[in-house]
Amino acid sequence: MSSRSSGVPILRLGDVLITGLLNELDDKAALAFTDELTERIVADSARGVLIDISRLEIIDSFVARTLMELTTMARLLGARVIVAGMRTPVAITLVELGIELVGVKTALNAEQGMAALGWHQSPQPPEGAHRDSTA
Amino acid sequence: MTQPPDTAPTADNRTGAAPAGAAADHVVLATEEDLLSVRHALRTATLTVGFGIVDQTRVVTAASELARNAYIHGGGGVLTIEYPTRHGEKGLRLTIRDDGPGIPDLDQAFVDGFTTGAGLGHGLGGARRLMDEFEVRTAPGAGTTVIATRWLPQ
Amino acid sequence: MGSSMNEEAARKAVAGAVRGRAEAIADRWVQLQMQQAALDTGVSESELREEADTLVAALLTGLDSGLPVDHIVDAHAELNRAVTEFSLRRARQGASPTHTSLAVLALKEALLQAVQQDTQEGNELFAAALLINRLLDVAGALSFETYVEGREEIIRRQSRQLLEVSTPVVRLWHRVLGVPLIRTLDTGRTQVVMENLLQAIQDQEATVAIIDITGVPTVDTAVAQHLMQTVNAVRLMGADCIISGIRPPIAQTIVQLGIDLSTIMTRATLSDALTEAIKLTAGPPVQPHTVTTR
Repeated sequence: MSSRSSGVPILRLGDVLITGLLNELDDKAALAFTDELTERIVADSARGVLIDISRLEIIDSFVARTLMELTTMARLLGARVIVAGMRTPVAITLVELGIELVGVKTALNAEQGMAALGWHQSPQPPEGAHRDSTA
Repeated sequence: MTQPPDTAPTADNRTGAAPAGAAADHVVLATEEDLLSVRHALRTATLTVGFGIVDQTRVVTAASELARNAYIHGGGGVLTIEYPTRHGEKGLRLTIRDDGPGIPDLDQAFVDGFTTGAGLGHGLGGARRLMDEFEVRTAPGAGTTVIATRWLPQ
Repeated sequence: MGSSMNEEAARKAVAGAVRGRAEAIADRWVQLQMQQAALDTGVSESELREEADTLVAALLTGLDSGLPVDHIVDAHAELNRAVTEFSLRRARQGASPTHTSLAVLALKEALLQAVQQDTQEGNELFAAALLINRLLDVAGALSFETYVEGREEIIRRQSRQLLEVSTPVVRLWHRVLGVPLIRTLDTGRTQVVMENLLQAIQDQEATVAIIDITGVPTVDTAVAQHLMQTVNAVRLMGADCIISGIRPPIAQTIVQLGIDLSTIMTRATLSDALTEAIKLTAGPPVQPHTVTTR
């Protein structure tokens, strides 16, 4: 039902989608983003989604709800969501606000988030590629 | 300059004029875009007062919650930013007023998880925990005014 | 004899004296305070002088305003601020409350001496003295109140600084941090612990934080809630949190109070927690630590 696009880029790396939220995301754009991301999960058969939130200076209850809903919807569509890079003041404010982000998996930064989704930073090519070459 | 008692939660609070370079004193909440303006105005205001990054985030988040409440439940409203002082301490005070239906049961509205609109129902109780002083004036049919202050730790 | 007429005349006389002899009043006041200050350390002469000029100027605009005498100091913004700042400065520089009160009394003396320069007439002087008293008694009260609040503020600040140093975040292992908590955990302490811990997690890219509560005497509902808040904040950052040092009596209290810590990983001792933390960090993202020694 989104009449306009959220303007948030969504990249694909193997079976993982990578995206990030910005401060200027208003409510309508957040809803449009939810639509776009869920459609991409299905279209790209993604198994994992990394949402980088290191640029977000605040998370209020609306953004928190958006993140929780995204996680649940993605899970229904067969993808794990990792929310990475929450800033220290944002984390403190969220718990004081009384928000728990139920069910949302977090990572310290994008790198660790990718690792949690099965991507390892190493000099060798990741996963199957390495094994193929020795075969 | 004496203040009428109903605008000064503490008798000897004086509300100063906006310091040089301060953000706009008023933000009208009529559209969804105005919620972003609220954050911008508050970020500038917290910097003017000299708050640290955690307090900045607390105040901006509280304002965002309260502004959204006024927009969704109150049908829009006005946010006012003031810079009170208290014995040499600096502070930042938000007043958010709407002419909506008011809150029939205020105690219940402070309970986490109570919501009648978008969000998580942490708006009022949550915002109160993020501020040092918090006051709500409301009556059914008479709109809602929230006055919230955070003082600069010395 | 109409006392209001009398008051009006006295007010004019005092205002006239202040207008005509502002500098002399300020000088005299500084001089009187310097004599008193023999007992006290505190404010420097140049500060006293600047303070006196500001206050005397504010006093004059206050007297010229239409405000009733008993409310000038309270209600006149400039004067109120001058008195408040005067008192706060003394509180912060450690001047005694006696010295602060005497300073206000000294101003009365300086003012009255200025009026005496203009008139020697007994009734007029008496009326002026009464007026000065009424005017400055409010200043005395305001000054004392501000002084006490200023001292309290200093105490609050010092206990906060003490808090900062008493909650160290230590690195226990590669990507494992520890916070030993001592005494109880109230809202203020929770904020400090959270801020320090989360910042350290971010700076050191830690994946596990251990909060050791061996030094916490009791865990009630409020303390448990603050612990939960801290654990939740650590998790939002993307790290795991383990609480260690739960002694048997504390475990009993937790159960008896019906506090639910089931979602939190807990261990009896710090070493148990560290063992667990090392297991947690042994996952893929961590560089393999070589065990082989030859």
